Amino acid sequence: MIKARITVTLKNGVLDPQGKAIEHALSGLGFGGVGAVRQGKGFDVELAESDKAKAEADLKAMCDKLLANTVIENYSVTLT
Amino acid sequence: MKSAVVLLPGLNRDRDMIAALTKISGTPPVTVWQTDTEIPDVDLIAIPGGFSFGDYLRCGAIAARMPVMRAVAEKAAAGVTVIGVCNGFQILVEAGLLPGALMRNTSLKFVCRQVKLEITNANTMFTRRYQPGQIIRSPVAHHDGNYFADADTLARLEGEGQVVFRYAEGTNPNGSINDIAGIVNERGNVLGLMPHPENLIEAAHGGTDGRGLFESALGIAA
Repeated sequence: MIKARITVTLKNGVLDPQGKAIEHALSGLGFGGVGAVRQGKGFDVELAESDKAKAEADLKAMCDKLLANTVIENYSVTLT
Repeated sequence: MKSAVVLLPGLNRDRDMIAALTKISGTPPVTVWQTDTEIPDVDLIAIPGGFSFGDYLRCGAIAARMPVMRAVAEKAAAGVTVIGVCNGFQILVEAGLLPGALMRNTSLKFVCRQVKLEITNANTMFTRRYQPGQIIRSPVAHHDGNYFADADTLARLEGEGQVVFRYAEGTNPNGSINDIAGIVNERGNVLGLMPHPENLIEAAHGGTDGRGLFESALGIAA
């Protein structure tokens, strides 16, 4: 079995109001020097697969077809 | 005129859409369920608003991958008229039938109010009963209506007259780029819009501003 972590983040230049709100909340808690916060999503996926290259290709296809909206989001796949 | 309404778990404006289509076309629409792989022969397919699949992952993302949406895509490619309202717009965008994306409102708040819309293009099959530049009223109710498209896509939409409705007179409720409220595809037979014209079609609603959209799309004389 292969385990993977997929991280989906907003592309540069796409406004992230949620990230901004979190940024302000962190400043409000007294954490100084918080430059910018961007919110993303994480997915831990288990695959019944032993071929790492095949797994990686499948995971990328999953991102392109469902997990990320590539109009506004980037993704990265890491086998863990 | 025959119409169909797409039903998905979590939609909640389906009855409003069915009532509007019934009252305006004189014939109740057929309904198609998420697992249906075929849509009967109709002139118009409507995807109503709501929160399909609880807005999990992204608004409209799961619904857009259901079998019924493959059938909608086939019909759209064959030239059938398709309207997606609110969540229906989000589903059409996620399904790739319309460009761009709908993101969280910049206020981070759910907005439920009346806005003003400018008919940016009165030369579409959805707006021919309106005058160019006409301002109409429409209710909105959404959390993720902030339309976004990259610069190239935006330039194409604006240049080709695909921006059909724009929030007017400072009533943009969600921060959408260029005040975009509704767009059509390149061919002009698929419309997505965040506002709810189906909720302003008879006197009891307090106005009939939304009626012209359905009369236009259904080819009914005003």
